[in-house]
Amino acid sequence: MNATVASEYSSEVHSVPIEHRFNPYSDNGGTVLGIAGEDFAVLAGDTRQVEGYSINSRYEPKVFNVGDDIVMTANGFAADGAALIDRFRNQLKWYKFDHGGKKLSIRSAARYIQHLLYGKRFFPYYVSTLIAGLDDEGKGAVYSYDPVGSYEREQCRAGGAAASLIMPFLDNQVNFKNQFQPGTDGKEKRELRYLTLDEVLELVKDAFSSATERHIQVGDGLEILIVTKEGVRTEYYPLKRD
Amino acid sequence: MNHNPLQWGRPSNDTYGQYNHNIANASVREADHQSLDSFPKMNTQQPIITGTSVIALKFKDGIIMAADNLGSYGSLLRFNNIERLIKVGSETIVGVSGDISDLQQIERILDELETTEEVYDNDGGHNLRAPHVHEYLSRVLYNRRSKMNPLWNAIIVGGFNDDKTPFLRYIDLLGVTYGSSTLATGFGSHLAIPLLRQLIPYDVDYVKVTEEEARKAVENSMRVLFYRDARAADKYSVVTIKKSEDDPSSYTFTHEKDLRVQNQSWKFAKDIRGYGSKQQ
Amino acid sequence: MFRNNYDNDSVTYSPTGRLFQVEYALEAIKQGSAAVGLVSKSHVVLVALKRNAEELGSYQKKIIKVDDHMGIALAGLAPDARVLSNYLRKQAMSSKMIFNRPLSTSKAVLSIADKAQENTQSYGSRPYGVGLLVAGYDETGAHLYEFQPSGSVLEYFGAAIGARSQAARTYLERNLDIIRESDSVESLIVHGLNALRDTLSQDVELTFKNTSVAVVGKEAEFTTYDDESVQQWLDKLDSVSNARNRGDDDAGDADADADATEAAEGDAEGAGTTESSGDAPATETAPEDRMETDE
Repeated sequence: MNATVASEYSSEVHSVPIEHRFNPYSDNGGTVLGIAGEDFAVLAGDTRQVEGYSINSRYEPKVFNVGDDIVMTANGFAADGAALIDRFRNQLKWYKFDHGGKKLSIRSAARYIQHLLYGKRFFPYYVSTLIAGLDDEGKGAVYSYDPVGSYEREQCRAGGAAASLIMPFLDNQVNFKNQFQPGTDGKEKRELRYLTLDEVLELVKDAFSSATERHIQVGDGLEILIVTKEGVRTEYYPLKRD
Repeated sequence: MNHNPLQWGRPSNDTYGQYNHNIANASVREADHQSLDSFPKMNTQQPIITGTSVIALKFKDGIIMAADNLGSYGSLLRFNNIERLIKVGSETIVGVSGDISDLQQIERILDELETTEEVYDNDGGHNLRAPHVHEYLSRVLYNRRSKMNPLWNAIIVGGFNDDKTPFLRYIDLLGVTYGSSTLATGFGSHLAIPLLRQLIPYDVDYVKVTEEEARKAVENSMRVLFYRDARAADKYSVVTIKKSEDDPSSYTFTHEKDLRVQNQSWKFAKDIRGYGSKQQ
Repeated sequence: MFRNNYDNDSVTYSPTGRLFQVEYALEAIKQGSAAVGLVSKSHVVLVALKRNAEELGSYQKKIIKVDDHMGIALAGLAPDARVLSNYLRKQAMSSKMIFNRPLSTSKAVLSIADKAQENTQSYGSRPYGVGLLVAGYDETGAHLYEFQPSGSVLEYFGAAIGARSQAARTYLERNLDIIRESDSVESLIVHGLNALRDTLSQDVELTFKNTSVAVVGKEAEFTTYDDESVQQWLDKLDSVSNARNRGDDDAGDADADADATEAAEGDAEGAGTTESSGDAPATETAPEDRMETDE
């Protein structure tokens, strides 16, 4: 009953705590970023895919228009990311069959993705997931997730390899953290306001070109998916390839 | 990806410490031999016979792929007649590196796929093309890794898209996929990719590359791999698939076998001890 | 009274080599309202006549989308069609998921044919009581197939199933050349509706409530038009009623089929949803009856 794995190094088995099995995960780098505006939302990602120090591909998109004006990305372990997005797309199709072609709200999509992720709580999808779109009132929405499905709606969120580089920048530039009214001697906070689409696009480009400078897994190209009431459109900007 | 198939799918040393192979090869304790079913089920932990790099690139009107014929048993050159480029349908090639028994399993899966395809496509016209084969294989490999029972391979699928543009895409034992105009598995990703990317710096540039240039780059890469990859052989196969010159709607598929690495230069060896020089 | 001893199950042949249960299933199709399909070089159109069981009730769904490039129209037992269309949807989805390609129309229809055939050969099972017109656009072009509960499938340029469908077939046969060469979706739909109109009984006309239209084709996703959205197509018709039905009552061959009709109705009731109620008795009219008044 209590058969154990034995070896001539049996003392090592107990004393050396090493992960010992096939490792089903890898890290494919890349970084992603979502920002919600008043009547738009953007989701951007670089197009580099890496493994270790090798660049697998310089153009492997990871932000997708999954339908119903929802854009989605799952950054981290590329195979899990692709699987998650495929599963969501499929379920969206069934949702449409079952509800007479009804449009899936971003709120419902967000909750559903939580279930997809938590469903694999004990063998998780190793990804940081972001979705973006417009809510029922037409306001921009970004939802972010941890690998096992904990999620919240936010104004902006960076995910992936360079998240820790980009997120503080976003806190400052989108939510005006640590910004104060001039002449108040740091006593009055700068008032929050919605950024325009042009401002947001400039922020995204700056965030990615800076991340490219400082992070080896980020670069090659930047693909931005923009959701407005007109639908989804894509913009591409080259990044440094070194 | 690490060049050594034995390292694929391993936890990284920085995180978990040096991998202890003795544990993977451990046997059931003598006393418990009767109750094998209480022993945890063990799946593939390492490849046995391995094939090294597969390299491939796109050119103006097609793709070219190469892999040598060696099957290594650790550091032993065990087999020298392993064909690792598998033809699927009439216009698709699947190049497999990594475990050779898993390669043969994949060969059987693809064979079965081709048969069912023929049975159902009774009125013709529905071809199983490279993107379809690639998607299918990526499902197979991802599902196997999700069962913690991987097919220990890195694979490149080459052929054509539905719109007749060249198709080249990679899959590995984890189910990770990516596409590029230049691809290589294993050691090739370190040694061959830089050579191939010199010819095709940007993915879109493949349209400027002729078959001759692509061919030269492949031969050069195979030579460099033979020089520097201890698990590579100088006997290899090349597959070229391109649009037919007379009829651009059909493809010509050429599979050349038993090619040799040409123009080898071992001049440097005479000065190095251990390469067989008489003096020293 | 005559009692048929060879229709208790679908595994026993009659001495004349017939499988009565399968034939009864084919009768169930004729109980359903008509569905018509037609193909041009680049598009397929399905049109169907919906029935409502009672004034207060909703209309039966006659056209079901399977995927962006494929859909079906049905005649017969709607629940059976739902099961089959669900199966098709799964097939279409796994084709996309596993092979990254749309399911081909021929493969789709063969997959349900295989399912149907099993039911004609196993004890204790009942053949599907529904006929389908499967419309799809794939890499080999526009296709229309008719599926039957016997498990047989055939490809058509134009096909019609359900009550009085012979009239629609007659129309399609006469206009085949125009339909084949038609390069506008609009004219294809109009021909479809004309054919459907010929299947109407005398007191019924095509309205936006009882008509369903669907199109799929080159660079056109499978789209259905129901209710208000179907009016645009009805507006293109010269008349929405069956002009030739005025005056001549169609006695039909109902008596000859009494046996079969009874059995099929039994099935339909058992399934809970039947298409064949609240309307004029759905009988197959001999084609000659209507031809003489044509044009």
